[in-house]
Amino acid sequence: MKHTLQQIFHSSKFLTGFVIFMSILLVTIFYPLFVPNPPLEIIAQGSFFPPGTYVSNYDAVFSSTAYTLNLPDASAKRIAAKLGNKERSDIKDYLIKVGVPADQIDTTNTTQLLDQWTKNYDPKANIPGMIFSQQRYYQRLDKSLAGLLSSEGLIIAAKNVDTGALEQVGMINQNDYVNIKEVASVRTLPLGTDNFGRDVLTELVKATSVSLEIGLIAGTIATLIGLILGLLAGYIGGAVDDVIMFITNLFTVIPSFVLLILISYSVGQEHRGAVMVATVIGFTSWVWTTRSVRSQVISLRNRDHVNLSKLSGHSLVYIITHDILPYIASYVVMAFILQISSAILAEASLSILGLGPKTSEVPTLGLMMNWAMIYQAQILGKWWAYFPVLLVIALITFSMNLMNTGMDQVFNPALRD
Amino acid sequence: MAEKKSCLKGVGLTKVFGLGRNKNTAVDHVDFDFSEGEIVSIVGESGSGKTTLAKMLLGLISTTEGEIYFQGKKRDIRSQRAKKEYWTNIQAIFQDPFSSYNIFNKIDSLFLDCINMRGGKNLPYEKKVEMMTEACSFVNLKFAELTNKYPFELSGGQMQRLMIARIFLLKPKILLADEPTSMIDACSRATILDMLLKLRNDTGMTIIFITHDIGLAYFVSDKVFIMEHGKFVESGTADEVILRPKEAYTKRLLNDVPKIHEEWDLSTVDIKNQ
Amino acid sequence: MGKVMLEVNELTTKYITRFNEDVYAVDHVSLKVEEGKSLGIAGESGCGKSTLALSLMGYYFSPLHYTSGEIIIDGQNITGMNPDAVRKSILGNEIAYIPQAAMNALNPTQKIINFIEDVVQAHDPKVSKKEIYELARERFEVLGLPKEVLQRYPVELSGGMKQRTVIATSVILEPKILIADEPSSALDVTSQKMVIKMLRYMMEKGYVKAMIFITHELPLLYNVTDDIMVMYAGQIVEKGSAQQTVFDPIHPYAKGLMGSIIVPESGLKDSKLTAIPGTPPNLKKPPEGCRFAERCKYVTPECKRFPVDMKYVEGNRSYRCIFSEEHLRKAYQNG
Repeated sequence: MKHTLQQIFHSSKFLTGFVIFMSILLVTIFYPLFVPNPPLEIIAQGSFFPPGTYVSNYDAVFSSTAYTLNLPDASAKRIAAKLGNKERSDIKDYLIKVGVPADQIDTTNTTQLLDQWTKNYDPKANIPGMIFSQQRYYQRLDKSLAGLLSSEGLIIAAKNVDTGALEQVGMINQNDYVNIKEVASVRTLPLGTDNFGRDVLTELVKATSVSLEIGLIAGTIATLIGLILGLLAGYIGGAVDDVIMFITNLFTVIPSFVLLILISYSVGQEHRGAVMVATVIGFTSWVWTTRSVRSQVISLRNRDHVNLSKLSGHSLVYIITHDILPYIASYVVMAFILQISSAILAEASLSILGLGPKTSEVPTLGLMMNWAMIYQAQILGKWWAYFPVLLVIALITFSMNLMNTGMDQVFNPALRD
Repeated sequence: MAEKKSCLKGVGLTKVFGLGRNKNTAVDHVDFDFSEGEIVSIVGESGSGKTTLAKMLLGLISTTEGEIYFQGKKRDIRSQRAKKEYWTNIQAIFQDPFSSYNIFNKIDSLFLDCINMRGGKNLPYEKKVEMMTEACSFVNLKFAELTNKYPFELSGGQMQRLMIARIFLLKPKILLADEPTSMIDACSRATILDMLLKLRNDTGMTIIFITHDIGLAYFVSDKVFIMEHGKFVESGTADEVILRPKEAYTKRLLNDVPKIHEEWDLSTVDIKNQ
Repeated sequence: MGKVMLEVNELTTKYITRFNEDVYAVDHVSLKVEEGKSLGIAGESGCGKSTLALSLMGYYFSPLHYTSGEIIIDGQNITGMNPDAVRKSILGNEIAYIPQAAMNALNPTQKIINFIEDVVQAHDPKVSKKEIYELARERFEVLGLPKEVLQRYPVELSGGMKQRTVIATSVILEPKILIADEPSSALDVTSQKMVIKMLRYMMEKGYVKAMIFITHELPLLYNVTDDIMVMYAGQIVEKGSAQQTVFDPIHPYAKGLMGSIIVPESGLKDSKLTAIPGTPPNLKKPPEGCRFAERCKYVTPECKRFPVDMKYVEGNRSYRCIFSEEHLRKAYQNG
């Protein structure tokens, strides 16, 4: 046993899969301890806020101390951030018109662009082919650039409670800074928010753990049913085998996904919790486990050690648990791992069709995909709403399949090198 | 020899597998009467039904037709209890020592099972160890070196010897040895055969040898049964059957085995035979 | 003395296990087979006889690796040849190999004739199918196999017939040496006899010039081969004519092996079989001195000290023991 475990962990495939899977599992366990935000709390007004750190403007202004930093590239950065792509290309157009060679203009280099602009722009110049509105536009652009470059501060005014008049309460200079740690309210959303304005990362972690739970429940149910039926059919044989194989064949020819859809649909949205969905998945995916366990048991049944065990007067239950089960245990574990990963996929497929667990309680990976799809995240290019979910699903199934192949290499003598 | 008591008797034993068109008669109305303390061999080529017959005698598969009498009484093993009772009297050693062991169980548990079966469940552990040590020394092995070991740590010959030690502990009336030496080397074979003969001499048990090796059958047994297509074609004492065969099939079998003191006549076979 | 067809000098090959341990399964083996002769190799399972058979082909694949020594087939040294060249020009052409379960290697979806076509065309793609058929038909006729077999599928043939077909096919290119590794062990006695009869035919007709026959069944070996070589733990321990080796072995291991022969002949019942206690040494760490010392009845402390060399005695025999022939014979007489 110890030796086998050692061998399994010597397999690089198994080890890779195991490390990936354990990292995912550990994140789902420890993340909520460090970030105890409720996963389904709506925190944003509006959909699909991009990933980043959100600092409260109000708190930043009123943070206790203001620091003055004279950073040389601050204004350039500010302008760079303010100057949109449209403005940049408009400036380029103008510069070309006044005779700057096109290959000398680099719209991405903000300092050089502004330099060229201040040198060449003449509000009064009459450029042929430029209509009046365009002239006015460039004048406005020039002014706003001048405003950006000005070093004047921003006045903060507040209404006087008594008089109702606006009064200056403070002044923010361009070189005033706050330390982000001193700002009362800051929230980092590494994966932004989803369509409902919920933190995607927190939601994703919760969804992963719920999906793993669903996989575990469904996998356990399917493996248990498959194992018990397979053992009975294989070992007892005769009429029992015939009946079990009849049922199994019935389930084999009915596409299990269709069955899954029908059952999920008839259960109804109100009663569909995560456990319910997991149970339904488990009860529709035991067929292949039954078949393969049965065939393995049939080949074991005629082995001499089973005959010898019978001759030693052991009971049916003893023989099944001591002389048959240990031999197929490795196989069952591998089937179990595959069942978990396919159950996670099945839940995702069901949920994307809108037949997953009801949406008000917990997120699942499938539900997150479903929401992203309904709110067109993929069309709007809001990648953070669906791509991390896809990645997690892929990583879970990938790691489980890796573990499975790794174990297969150890247990299946034909694949041994 | 005639006054010896009957130990295992079969009347019209038949086993048919399958139904209808797929019907396959593996054992076809076989009659025999094995006496106590005898070594008998059932010799046949593969597919002759000898293993099926062995399994019927052991009660591992049911008989289609015919009766088996154990010590003069009709065998009745319909209940699990009766089976258990029957199996204290008949035991087996199988062909492949590597598949005869449950590789997950330690060697001790194999022996403890035997002691339990003989009603020694409540004996103190020291007594059990003493019994196991005795059984191991019977087959020239040391229990102290085997305890807490797994079967795969032993060689094929050692495994087969442990199977004999198991029989030594169980002391059944009948031992069914199904090709016990065909998977092990010639040198270990002599050891195994020696031990089986010693076991018979010490305990007076009946040993039924199932084998395809007619030389081996001749060497160990008092009586030889030649089996072909589910039927006994010739039977008698070893000397009668092997040295003075009457049936053509027996003659052919004997002729086809390579010998060292007599000329091996290759002209009796035709390569064209498909 | 006939022409030497196969000469092997000090051949050593090893297995490299998954845990990177070396197992020297064939250890400095030298042998010679002359034209028209057959050599038998006997020994318990695990003594290296099957590994020797594989090694003799000069074609090594993991986990088996060549270490040292040379193989000379009819004057041509094949050691050090490119493995691909060995496969193309040596295997099948010069040396043919029949493993124990050769019959299971037949493709169930191919007729026998297609199999033969594959074999021939692998070595010479220019041969036409008609020529191959003619060759196969003629060869089968001479060997006494029915030519209808050529048009059959493997499932339509009995195990013995399949084995005979494979053997007949393996010599279709008239190799100089045939290595048969337990070619009849999986068969019943009658089929075994047919296989042996065919091997004899092939030698007589000159389809193979020399044969190496490997089996653990001594009576069979005695009846098939001219010379017998006994292997133990990767080494040759005794070499001599079949008659001498079976009835008058010198080495204690060979003595034990011959004493365990069981044949259905009168007198057997009263004889006592010799049993050799113990198990062969672990070839990962073979003992320094005589490898059989641990199991030998006549062992002295001297035996375990140094590696033992082969001793040559009259009658073209040799054995690997520190004792003289007379000493051993005396010991055997005293029991």
